[in-house]
Amino acid sequence: MGAMNAEELAKYKGVYVFAQQVDNKLSGIAFELVGEGTRLAEKLGTEVTAVLIGSDVAGLADELAEYGADKVIVVDDPELKNYRTEPYAHALASVINEYKPEIMLVGATAIGRDLGPTVSARVKTGLTADCTLLEIGDFPVTPIPGKEQKKNQLLMTRPAFGGNTIATIACPDNRPQMATVRPGVMQKLERQPGRKAEVINYNPGFTPDHKYVEILEISKAVSNIKDIMDAKILVSGGRGVGSAENFKMLEELADAIGGQISCSRAAVEAYGMAPELQVGQTGKTVRPNVYFAIGISGAIQHVAGMEESDIIIAINRDEDAPIFDVADYGIVGDLNKIVPKLTEEIKAAIAAK
Amino acid sequence: MKIVVCIKQVPDTKGGVQFNPDGTLNRAAMLTIMNPDDKAGLEAALRIKDETGAEVTVVTMGLPKAADVLREAMAMGADKGVLITDRVLGGADTWATSTTIAGALRGMEYDLIITGRQAIDGDTAQVGPQIAEHLNLPVISYAQDIKVEGDSVVVKRQYEDGYHMLKVQMPCLITALSELNEPRYMTPGGIFDACDAEITTLGRADLIDVDDSNIGLMGSPTKIARASDKVRKGAGEKFVPDSADEAAKIIVDALKTKHII
Repeated sequence: MGAMNAEELAKYKGVYVFAQQVDNKLSGIAFELVGEGTRLAEKLGTEVTAVLIGSDVAGLADELAEYGADKVIVVDDPELKNYRTEPYAHALASVINEYKPEIMLVGATAIGRDLGPTVSARVKTGLTADCTLLEIGDFPVTPIPGKEQKKNQLLMTRPAFGGNTIATIACPDNRPQMATVRPGVMQKLERQPGRKAEVINYNPGFTPDHKYVEILEISKAVSNIKDIMDAKILVSGGRGVGSAENFKMLEELADAIGGQISCSRAAVEAYGMAPELQVGQTGKTVRPNVYFAIGISGAIQHVAGMEESDIIIAINRDEDAPIFDVADYGIVGDLNKIVPKLTEEIKAAIAAK
Repeated sequence: MKIVVCIKQVPDTKGGVQFNPDGTLNRAAMLTIMNPDDKAGLEAALRIKDETGAEVTVVTMGLPKAADVLREAMAMGADKGVLITDRVLGGADTWATSTTIAGALRGMEYDLIITGRQAIDGDTAQVGPQIAEHLNLPVISYAQDIKVEGDSVVVKRQYEDGYHMLKVQMPCLITALSELNEPRYMTPGGIFDACDAEITTLGRADLIDVDDSNIGLMGSPTKIARASDKVRKGAGEKFVPDSADEAAKIIVDALKTKHII
């Protein structure tokens, strides 16, 4: 991609975040990105702007303001009622071309990981996927003789190669610097009731064409499962649990200790556990106070989603299981015997208090 | 009907990974497999072929040895293989990769393009939608099911909390999830034929409407600032208790020490 010259680069200012909403309710990632955007904007001495796209969504602007947005750009159009790549990509790309942000953050959700690449290709800039750390710094990180070291660049860190490595990426010669950010990693700010933002309405016009797909049906999994990303204690099971039936044992442990169950990808595939309970690279990133890994071997893709937990307790029959490499407490043994006993002992310990 | 499936030969990330001094991946040093999401996309295409007699062409971009993954796809049932390979294309990020593949696709006939959602080496999920954008095609990502209905495709599009059934007119691009199906095995006859099958090789000069500034390492807007093996916090204590009672005691004591219970 041709590099922008200094004059062109300087036209791009401010940190923008895509404030994802579904069914006119803001997603958790919207607040996380406003929080992270605020942190980056402070370092750059600029403001954070939330881009709110949907139909009849203007009412959500105040909520974004209370969580830290300085400005909210609202693109409101009946065509934007439900997420579809095309009208949403047109909306976000038009905002970028009109307002020229230096940083554009999008959630690495099932929506953002479709919207982000489409928009980055349309506005002709780079995109770094699934970031877990964002910093402002120099590029190249260490000066190279004869090469300009650019200041105040967005340095985007992400796991790569299945979580085996981490890479830090910059986009020094094109704007905006775009990243998708993994949900559950960045911190939202404390809500400040009554805080206001400047609200700007912008509509680039929407004319359906061959790229507008038709929605035939929308199906929501009816679920009363609480989000595992909010849990303080997770009791997580893997293939070693043996059957869907055996997960009851884990539920009893979770109930005793005031936690919630989650699982590995293997348990989703083998025992039909709900995908929203899945922890890992293709599931959710969690960082509870306590993470029980029960019958989970600890494939790198799983570990990538839970290694930030404060305390990891692993129970596995295989003493060479890689989960023991990240566990604070590793117990080699038969989970079928240990888990019920543990539930009993925890109940007794709590009752004795 | 003509279907193009974009597939990638990826390092099996279950093994270790190795880097070149410039921070890019040393693909030559690692064991490789067909990327799982791509394989599901190929299987979806082959099922459409089984039903309708569609022609399936597999395309990959990589080192010359990436021809192996094309032969594997042809042994499964793909009709043609196209390898995009050229030294000047190396070190490409998703932008430069997608402009390159789009440049090759401009010279091919297709009604439907299928890519995997993401490759297990980069996990970006970007190249599929970016190819669609360069070719001005509609895109549907995260397909859990793909059905051809006349000149349209009906796709079950996955979200975190459910799915949308979407209908789109061909030509279009769909990105496939590995959950889509269980890919078939190569057949002995297929393997035999694939060994001798001709693979079309495309180089830089064969790409249509692609500027030099959009290919390879130089044409990549994203640059690697740092790359490293992940530093993990390391193992804690490991116990091999004699009984479930002892195991439970170890855990309960730990939870008490940490003031969890």
